[in-house]
Amino acid sequence: MSTRRPLALRVNRAEHELFAAPGDTLLTALRDALGFTGAKRGCNQGACGACTVLVDDEPVRACLTLAHECAGREIVTIEGAAGAAQALQAAFEEAGAVQCGFCTPGMILTAAAMLERTPRPSADEVRAGLSGNLCRCSGYRKIVDAVLRAAETGAP
Amino acid sequence: MTTPDAAPVVGQSVPRLEVREKLTGRAQYVADLYRPRMLHGAILGSPHAHARIKSYDVSAARAAPGVHCVLTGEDFGDHRMGAFIKDEHAIAKGKVRYVGEPVAVVAAETEAQARAAARLVEVEYEELPAILTPAAALAPGAAVIHEELASYFKVFDAVCGGNVCSRTELAEGDVERGFRESDLFVEGRYRTQPQAHVSLEPCGALAEVDAAGRVTLWSANQSVFRVQANVCESLGLPMSRLRCLTPRVGAGFGNKMEAHVQPIVVKLALATGRPVRLVLTREEDFEIVRARHPFEVRVRTGVKRDGTFVAREVEVLLDGGAYADDSPGVLGYSLLMARGPYRIPHTRCRGTLVYTNKLRFGAFRGFGNPQVTFATETQIDEIAAQLGIDPVEIRRRNALGADDRWFGGQALASNGLPECIDVAERESGWNARAAARAAPGRRRGLGFACTAHIGGLLGTGAIVRMLEDGTVVLNTGAVDIGQGSDTVLTQIVAEALKLPLDQVSVASPDTDGSPYNWGTTASRVTYTTGRAVLAAAREVERQVKAHAAEMLECAEADLELLPGGAVGLKGVPGKTLPFVAISARAHWRKGGPIVGTNTWVFDRPTVDPKRAVATGLPFPQIGVYSFGAVAAEVEVDEVTGQVAVLRAWTVADVGRAINRASVEGQLEGAFAQGLGFALFEALVFDGPRLANPTLMDYKVPTSLEVPYELHAHIVEHPEPDGPFGAKGVGEIGINAVAAAIANAVAAATGARLRELPLTGERVLGALAAAAANTG
Repeated sequence: MSTRRPLALRVNRAEHELFAAPGDTLLTALRDALGFTGAKRGCNQGACGACTVLVDDEPVRACLTLAHECAGREIVTIEGAAGAAQALQAAFEEAGAVQCGFCTPGMILTAAAMLERTPRPSADEVRAGLSGNLCRCSGYRKIVDAVLRAAETGAP
Repeated sequence: MTTPDAAPVVGQSVPRLEVREKLTGRAQYVADLYRPRMLHGAILGSPHAHARIKSYDVSAARAAPGVHCVLTGEDFGDHRMGAFIKDEHAIAKGKVRYVGEPVAVVAAETEAQARAAARLVEVEYEELPAILTPAAALAPGAAVIHEELASYFKVFDAVCGGNVCSRTELAEGDVERGFRESDLFVEGRYRTQPQAHVSLEPCGALAEVDAAGRVTLWSANQSVFRVQANVCESLGLPMSRLRCLTPRVGAGFGNKMEAHVQPIVVKLALATGRPVRLVLTREEDFEIVRARHPFEVRVRTGVKRDGTFVAREVEVLLDGGAYADDSPGVLGYSLLMARGPYRIPHTRCRGTLVYTNKLRFGAFRGFGNPQVTFATETQIDEIAAQLGIDPVEIRRRNALGADDRWFGGQALASNGLPECIDVAERESGWNARAAARAAPGRRRGLGFACTAHIGGLLGTGAIVRMLEDGTVVLNTGAVDIGQGSDTVLTQIVAEALKLPLDQVSVASPDTDGSPYNWGTTASRVTYTTGRAVLAAAREVERQVKAHAAEMLECAEADLELLPGGAVGLKGVPGKTLPFVAISARAHWRKGGPIVGTNTWVFDRPTVDPKRAVATGLPFPQIGVYSFGAVAAEVEVDEVTGQVAVLRAWTVADVGRAINRASVEGQLEGAFAQGLGFALFEALVFDGPRLANPTLMDYKVPTSLEVPYELHAHIVEHPEPDGPFGAKGVGEIGINAVAAAIANAVAAATGARLRELPLTGERVLGALAAAAANTG
């Protein structure tokens, strides 16, 4: 057992202090220490995308990221969704893109980062952009439609 | 076709009631629940596929940091659970029967401590011969996996012995005569692979014991009542000592219907007196829960030259894995589906289910139907090719019509199959399909397949209570696993009572307070539970009108429900009573609170003994058929053998779509799962050990493999006794996908593949074989 050390994380635009072992992942820190359980542990191996959060605006797998490496960086979880992520939340609701919901937080944050880079993606660009986030319920059609819808409504 | 009195709530794509909590990260699944002083559980799995347990040494594990308790099979009583055959202890006891089977469990302060301590448990084994295939299980002199099989309690008249878990037969007509009367027959052997459910949420549970020793259990599940039954059977607890609840569930597809870690977690909580949570890792979820049965299917179909089906003989062999679980049901159901939605007057289907030393195989969306449908719908294309008849046309000619019965003799109260075929044919542009539009080195083809599925069985209930202010609460005990049943059942109540949706709330399933519901499985909640919900709502309406008749001094027959929660005297504007006035009277002055209840059990016989003969069929009452058709367009890469699905059309007769977006979501999601089954998903065993129990090594379809042009079409032929005409939709969309894709590959290339998945390697091999045949 490695020793837990103090750590300050900036999550959803607020400072949080916690203790984390050097080997603790960002996912463990967010969920168990800080109670941000919107990030899900689907595989703990970086394969499913359910743990995706934004670190300095980039989507990362929280299960493959060490908590201590995130000190001083800007972390956004689904609980702190803003901007494009909020437009996506509305679009997911309207498109019927949510079933069991387990992939939804990671899906929305991944899509939000994609829309920041590519504000008006094609359907195929959305499919490529979301291909690291697994959904076992939907067949993706309504998720892709939701992202396209959010891109439309979010356009200037 | 829609019912003329279509009202605003039923039929609308209203958003999920819980959608905001799922969108904002506030939805709580079992891993998101934390209790004060909660401990964490961990499991030590067996390294052997088949071995006798000689001894345990738990001293090092007990002494490890943070450990509160270490339990082995010796700490569990001799109690067994099982949906059909009670053959399974909560953890291995005396013997292990598959690699990964839990042999010891630990509760510790942290998850890491629990996992570390579990690895310190020493177990001495005496290895036994591992039975890894059905053929090995059936070989003379094979090691017996369940020596006490004869003494196990069975809920049906099981034909079993040795390593045979169940044999089932279903026959109608005279199959020998049928083949004599046929002009030709086509015979083939087909194989399907084990598929993993991969619900994104791994299985897990959290148990807590109160001061009186009564246990509360939250778990990822498809039925709080099956959880209660399995835990109590396997631990020898009275059901009154266990309360089962459900948080949000991150999908099920069958793997959360019967037990996973719930008995272990309850035992650890009882042993420690502390709350204990155990959530499986993804690897454990692959290795120790359950998966889709691999099937070997032999099908022989006899036909007339004009394409009329006359006779069919089907023989299936199922690898059931180490424990029976739902396997006898899967076997029986696959036989019931093996005639497909067609008239074949002479049909005999037989099946054998055997134990092997592998992970148990069990319920998985389709429940045996995708496997046999791959075989039979593939064979129909082979027949069509031999006769020179269009594949859609041969299906249409033989499709069950309004007056036909299902295999076994059950009448069909609704049948939208012909319309499903028409819609899939039209939408896919079947008749305009061009042979070669693909780029050089690629070939395109369109494939077609049909299916049907049940939605009615077993017991359920509903309670609709009117609150003091005239709003209502619905309580059914049906777990919404993400498919949307909370919303659909709420729509039924809102429609029946003419209430806005926000005046109907839905109670979370609770074995203390909910009426019994067998489970969210078998596509049954909308039809089976929905009927109870509608009946309970109608009972509330009756009580409301009885009050109103007294209050307005009129006859009940002269009253009608008005939109928004009121009763009015027909034809007399202004003569109305809001529900709040009626409910207040009932609560405080007269009659008592308004509560509508209904319970029922599906009781249409599966088999009519005057028409068919069945032995070993474990579900005597099952029915209410939905119908479907799938068309898929594929492109095959001649160099790599890779198959891409470019466009797909999935059509289903669901009676009535209570929530159109949810029905589409079921059809689209089922298509994607069927696409994975068709093209690449496969659990690979390296000897007794699962070689790919990770999402790195087991491929699930991503947004790149599932075509954006995935078109779901709803056909509505109302079931007369279904709620607003509705029937099931959860599974119908997966059954025909693999066959449609395989038929498309054959259409594109001339190569006929009879084994799933259609990997690049297999497709290349079939291309080479087809070229050799024609060259």
